[in-house]
Amino acid sequence: MFSRSVVNLFRPTLANNMKVIVGVKRVVDYTVKIRVKDNKIQTDGVKMSVNPFDEIAIEEAIRLKEKKIATEVIAVTIGNKKSEEVLRTAMALGCDKAIHIVVPDADAVTLEPLAIAKILAKLHAEEKPDLWILGKQAVDGDFGSTPQLLAGLIDAPQGTFASEIAVADGKVKVTREIDAGRQVVELKLPAVVAADLRLNTPRFPNLQSIMKARKKPIDTREVAKLDVDIKPRLTTVSAAEPPVRKAGVKVKTVDELFDKLRNEAKVL
Amino acid sequence: MLRASSRLFGKALVVAEYLDGKIVPASLAAITAATKVGSVSALVAAKDAKSLGAELAKVNGVSEVLVASGEQYAAGLPEEIAPLVKSLVDKHNFTHVFAATSAFGKNVIPRAAAKSDSMPISDITAIESEDTFVRQMYAGNAVTTVKSSDKIKFVTVRGTSFDRAALTGGSATVVETDASTAVSSAKWVEDLIAKSDKPDLTTAPKVVAGGRGLKNGDNFKLLFDLAEPLKAAVGATRAVVDAGYCPNDMQIGQTGKTIAPQLYIGAGVSGAIQHVAGMKDSKVIAVINTDADAPFFQVADYGLVADLFDAVPALTKLVKN
Repeated sequence: MFSRSVVNLFRPTLANNMKVIVGVKRVVDYTVKIRVKDNKIQTDGVKMSVNPFDEIAIEEAIRLKEKKIATEVIAVTIGNKKSEEVLRTAMALGCDKAIHIVVPDADAVTLEPLAIAKILAKLHAEEKPDLWILGKQAVDGDFGSTPQLLAGLIDAPQGTFASEIAVADGKVKVTREIDAGRQVVELKLPAVVAADLRLNTPRFPNLQSIMKARKKPIDTREVAKLDVDIKPRLTTVSAAEPPVRKAGVKVKTVDELFDKLRNEAKVL
Repeated sequence: MLRASSRLFGKALVVAEYLDGKIVPASLAAITAATKVGSVSALVAAKDAKSLGAELAKVNGVSEVLVASGEQYAAGLPEEIAPLVKSLVDKHNFTHVFAATSAFGKNVIPRAAAKSDSMPISDITAIESEDTFVRQMYAGNAVTTVKSSDKIKFVTVRGTSFDRAALTGGSATVVETDASTAVSSAKWVEDLIAKSDKPDLTTAPKVVAGGRGLKNGDNFKLLFDLAEPLKAAVGATRAVVDAGYCPNDMQIGQTGKTIAPQLYIGAGVSGAIQHVAGMKDSKVIAVINTDADAPFFQVADYGLVADLFDAVPALTKLVKN
């Protein structure tokens, strides 16, 4: 009872003082068709970008700041040295500062959502944000599990596949995209939100803000100093390209298409 | 290879999902997947789970049904179900926890995995052994086989990659289990679901899908007209859902639904990597597009370079006759 009244005491200020952390991952650009060779996914020399869902997460956090709901937005990435560039992008878009957990190249390739979530949970204890906004999935691993893992580890409620969020009175109302339509849930803060595609349309950074972002601070830390077990739980036994479909035929008329579907493929 | 079930030592829990009082087809596929690692227990958590549990007990392959009834499970919130899964895993020593790769499964499984310090394995398409699974990455452009060192494997199963367990033939024992303490950090407010009598996209044997070539939402009527005599479901690409032509639950692709119907007909769809990721396992693919260079023609069994505004109504006519 006592603790509840303490929370209520702080509630009026909480909404206007929100600290938001966004997770950002550097991934192979979504337009690149990846190749698999010698049992390995080939990522050398391909174009890298901010994971598209993370751009949406950043945008949402910045909008909360523009609405004066959030006062501070921190971007976090976990990855090798080159990952710094996604933090510069995040700051050019409006994030106030950034944290880079540097992972050696060799460990970075095997880094799994569970390890990421554990690192984020550690940052949660330190930074005590009111809201986490992450992308719903990274388009490289396609796991789609980091937000839920983080929420589970820190015992916070989760608003996954979010297409709309509204923060008020120490709560976040999340409209979620589910199989049959949408669902609205209300979560107590602190909470973890996972951005779906339709949450917003991310803006582009302009040149001036890109220049300014170069001066914003990045808190760079070595993963080894965090005391988090990042050893992978999954070993890749093999990797291959999916089987190629055999070449189809081009038909000339609708009648021919109908005939083929009915009499050759027998699916009509 | 001879693989009698008695030689499998796994003990799997399948977190079952219900819609309108019926077990969803994707959960039945998850049950089939679970039978490949050992004995199968199925969990049903709902406001009043008894009758659902009785139904689940008849599903072929299920040997035990765990029934948890409680107000807190009514909306399927992961905040409530994950602790329940954790307590059952600890109590019954499950080696595997399965659910379908659905909005529900994707929401619950990783959260439950975190509670057991496990790395969840998403959207598996095959099981090689009790610790080795096949899944796809990079929008289906890489197929990887991964071996898990976790004591308990938390897995979501691609519904189109496994047959559905039969709704009859099983005779599982039903065990009522204590509900976990309500967490109440999340509250269900409402569902905004468009009721439809049309076939379900993920399980329909035929699917007609439209892309940007449809130009606007009204023109989707052409696809619905074709779908009706075919008893097909209608799907869409991300572009048209984003443009507001169709609701999000119609989206097929890497970040939408994964389908594998007998017949997929795409009209005005270019065949971007992200869309193809969600439908390339369809048995027969037919594509109608004005652009002869559209990448979709490379995966299509039958391609027709034509204006969909002429071709689709003409095809509808032929199907009707």
